Amino acid sequence: MSVLQQSPAAAAGERAWTPVCRYADLSPDRGAAALVGRRQIALFRTFDGRLYAIGNRDPYSGAYVMARGIVGSRGQEPTVASPMHKQVFSLASGVSLDDPATAVPTYPVRVVDGTVEVGLDRAA
Amino acid sequence: MSATEERSATRRHVREGCGRRVVVVGYGPAAHRLVEALTGNGFDGTVTVLGEEPRPAYDRVALTSYLAGRTAEDLAYPAPAGVTARVGTRVTAIDREGRTVVTASGEAVPYDVLVLATGSAPFVPAVPGSDLPGCFAYRTIDDLDAIREAARGGGPGVVVGGGLLGLEAADALRGLGLDTHVVEMSDRLLPRQVDEGGGAVLRNHIEALGLTVHTGAGVRAVEAGPDGRAARLVKPDGEAVEARVVVFSAGVRPRDELARGCGLAVGERGGVVVDSGMRTSDPHIYAVGECALAAGMVYGLAGPCLAQAEVAADRILGGAATFEGADLSTRLKLLGVEVAQFGATSGALDVTYMDPVAGVYKKLFVSDDARTLLGGICVGDAAPYDTLRPFVGRDLPGAPSDLLFAGAGGDGIDLPDDALVCSCNNVTRGRVRAAIAEHGLTDVRGVKECTRAGTTCGSCVPALGRMLAESGVDTGRALCEHFAYGRAELFDIVRVRGIMTFSRLIAEHGTGRGCDVCKPVVASILASLGNGHILDGEQAALQDTNDHFLANIQKNGTYSVVPRIPGGEITPERLIVIGEVARDFGLYTKITGGQRIDLLGARVEQLPAIWKRLVDAGFESGHAYGKALRTVKSCVGSTWCRYGVQDSVALAIALELRYRGLRAPHKLKSAVSGCARECAEARSKDFGVIATERGWNLYVGGNGGFTPRHADLLAADLPTEELVRLIDRFLMFYIRTADRLQRTSAWLESLDGGLGRLREVIVEDSLGICADLDAQMERHVAGYADEWRATLEDPERLRRFVGFVNAPGTPDPSIEFETERDQIKPVLIPLEAVSR
Ligand code: SRM
Ligand SMILES: Cc1cc2nc3c(=O)[nH]c(=O)nc-3n(C[C@H](O)[C@H](O)[C@H](O)COP(=O)(O)OP(=O)(O)OC[C@H]3O[C@@H](n4cnc5c(N)ncnc54)[C@H](O)[C@@H]3O)c2cc1C
Ligand code: SF4
Ligand code: FES
Repeated sequence: MSVLQQSPAAAAGERAWTPVCRYADLSPDRGAAALVGRRQIALFRTFDGRLYAIGNRDPYSGAYVMARGIVGSRGQEPTVASPMHKQVFSLASGVSLDDPATAVPTYPVRVVDGTVEVGLDRAA
Repeated sequence: MSATEERSATRRHVREGCGRRVVVVGYGPAAHRLVEALTGNGFDGTVTVLGEEPRPAYDRVALTSYLAGRTAEDLAYPAPAGVTARVGTRVTAIDREGRTVVTASGEAVPYDVLVLATGSAPFVPAVPGSDLPGCFAYRTIDDLDAIREAARGGGPGVVVGGGLLGLEAADALRGLGLDTHVVEMSDRLLPRQVDEGGGAVLRNHIEALGLTVHTGAGVRAVEAGPDGRAARLVKPDGEAVEARVVVFSAGVRPRDELARGCGLAVGERGGVVVDSGMRTSDPHIYAVGECALAAGMVYGLAGPCLAQAEVAADRILGGAATFEGADLSTRLKLLGVEVAQFGATSGALDVTYMDPVAGVYKKLFVSDDARTLLGGICVGDAAPYDTLRPFVGRDLPGAPSDLLFAGAGGDGIDLPDDALVCSCNNVTRGRVRAAIAEHGLTDVRGVKECTRAGTTCGSCVPALGRMLAESGVDTGRALCEHFAYGRAELFDIVRVRGIMTFSRLIAEHGTGRGCDVCKPVVASILASLGNGHILDGEQAALQDTNDHFLANIQKNGTYSVVPRIPGGEITPERLIVIGEVARDFGLYTKITGGQRIDLLGARVEQLPAIWKRLVDAGFESGHAYGKALRTVKSCVGSTWCRYGVQDSVALAIALELRYRGLRAPHKLKSAVSGCARECAEARSKDFGVIATERGWNLYVGGNGGFTPRHADLLAADLPTEELVRLIDRFLMFYIRTADRLQRTSAWLESLDGGLGRLREVIVEDSLGICADLDAQMERHVAGYADEWRATLEDPERLRRFVGFVNAPGTPDPSIEFETERDQIKPVLIPLEAVSR
């Protein structure tokens, strides 16, 4: 098995890794939504090949649309802007950069043999 | 009585409830400003305005634009509320004893305070034939109507008088297609503004335009032809100049006849004598504007006239304002030539810069110690005017020659706060600076609204822009943290350097990885420059969700679909298809405000199937999602409507098809009306067309939305081909130079020089870019392809239209609908009910 990338969170705790798509299915600097159990996850592949996974629900509008936002950067932080009303979130921490009290959840993500896997707590 | 006693007498007057009936004679710009200043400052008496012209006051300074297509309504000032304005009412006498004025119809109108604002009358030399048909003055809209009518027959035209107004009239005659001559008594043009050298340069410019100038020549007579109309003008030396139209513009005389008739003091050379509070020799009567002899002279410029009106209004309200004279500096463009004069027109020493090839002449007058600036003259390049005028009477900010040579005339020169920026409205730099700081103004429009600077002749607008920049207002250049450029600059970089990708652009000209601000801007620039399908390659990642899915996102994450219905015309068969698609996919349908039909509530994965049905029936994307052309609305037009004079539907369809898919800084809307009744609301559109008997009138810069604005008339009576060419250029020039998310209305307002500038660029081709703009539009038209169809045909592009990458067919479980008025409606997820 060759693990291409594994986010730090992946190391901790009991995780269930769910394969969701091929790495090649994801376009650079664009997101895609995945349905894992009842949970909607927004996956992003940035220009440098890194992967991020955050909750797909936009906390400001309630709609499940984060995967359709524009990817970019603010300073050093990789970001996505909600397509609904343009609030900007860190892809790494899920925190809203305009309003640090609001955040979306983040999930560990890794690539195993070209397949993207998302890690969820067993409880989920 | 001393000035103070006088003032308190007036105050008492108001307090005691007299002075409540103000009657104003004359309804021109000065009267309008006076009335505005009264009503705007809480005057609680009655105000009656009696004007002889058949219409309310209008912007006489902009009179000539009437011949270029602006209408009387465009020029009209908004009527102040609570004022009785009677037009077509000439006052023939004043009864000072009885405090009444008498009108031509014999009616007596009583006053407590009377204001004379009768302006002036053009001076027509008493030579034989000067009253023949074909001879005109140049002062009112009626004059211009008559001149236009007379010019229809063609033939040569002569303007008598080579001053400011004469040259303006000459330009107008030229614009009406007449072979135009100017006859000027003095040895040079603009004798009151420029010296011999400046006059010579100006003359070269004007002759190069094909006009014939006769200086040192008066008029002996106007002679009639066999039809009894003017046929030629005879100069004192006996030489004749053929002339079917003769316009006298040989100066004006104050209209002081009413004042003379009732024994008020008038000046030796005319003008109603007033004190510094604008009061005549009768304390109940004021005089303002061009009829008044104030601070020793009769002022023939709008600026001082308006200042006088404000002083009189303040006095009537009990204030103590004074008029102490005004600056006669002028900066204007005559026949395309910049001319400016400020301060004195002579001095102990002068410094001249002359470039006969470029047609530039600049001269400064300085005191004998060469330290104090006395005045200056510029022809061909008026740039030093803004910088140097404020220094009149002060120490020069640099060596005189440097000031003249340094192109724009002194970047970095720090101007004093009391220097006047806007002489029309008497606004100082200090006032503009304060307004910018106090109200956090960020654009010229804001400065205009707050200070009134720039709202009359507009010549100070570039200076206002510079002041905004100086005040540290970032005039919007940097787009975001990733690019230090504004949209227009980025557009040029992409165009000139032939950049095709965002990656290269940001690597070479930006920092970081972009964001939701700059990415769509660059996407739009790349699309405007014709870089293929917007969902191809890297471009896909730049698009907003709407462009990315070629549909409009709704509040529950579903999308709406709007097929193009050009001109709003649709066959029953196609209507049925739309109905069937909506029914089969369970969509909500609504007729939009843009004369088409919106199908709402589609999930991402349903979009291709919906489009397939629509595309098969002949529909294509309506670009409701794009910063692109939306709709060209139309009325039924001449085919059906009993009033229609042109086929508005056919034109609307042609325009919509021509510009469909054109990406722009913001959305673009248009409409075509079949006659002046304007049922298609064309004047609220970015470009609107209204049919006339002779062709089409083109209006630009209209807007509904947040800040409604009526579109301005750009050109009148155009044949279809010319109309289309002008729209092509208008759109491409806008696309090149506008800021991000700036509709054409705001763009036009922010364009230095406004509509006049736009005309120069896209009609007269002053920047030499028209061929380029035309070619760019041709490329767009030729390269258009329907984005929906192109997506359906390409499996790679279709890949993104899935709800979930790992469950392509599964509908988003969060999307639910309920029923309202027999159609679906989103059920919204309460925000707090969802755990993160
Ligand atoms: C569907 C429609 C309302 C309707 O049911 O009638 C509509 C719907 C929207 N309008 Fe509009 N506008 C619609 C006609 C108008 C009109 C009337 C017209 O075009 O004749 C105006 C005023 C005219 C104008 O634009 O000057 C109008 C002024 C706006 C504005 C304000 C623009 C401005 O310059 O101030 C916005 C906001 C913006 O674009 O930034 C806006 C934005 C929107 C958006 C795109 C807001 C959004 O981002 O969700 C709406 C989504 C459309 C959708 O989901 O399909 N809409 N909107 C109309 C579609 C017309 C069409 O067939 O394309
Ligand atoms: C073509 C043109 C271009 C110009 N360009 C410029 C420019 O670029 N910059 C600038 O500063 N100035 C310019 N001016 C001058 C400017 O228009 C005048 O200074 C300004 O109009 C003076 O305003 P006013 O109200 O005093 O007089 P007017 O505009 O003359 O208005 C007086 C009104 O009173 C009416 N009236 C007169 N007598 C009676 C009566 N007895 N009863 C009832 N009504 C009466 C007249 O019909 C008229 O409507 C221009 C003028 C013209 C004609
Ligand atoms: S604008 Fe004129 S032609 Fe068009 S529908 Fe209205 S009245 Fe008829
Ligand atoms: S100087 Fe004329 S509007 Fe400012």
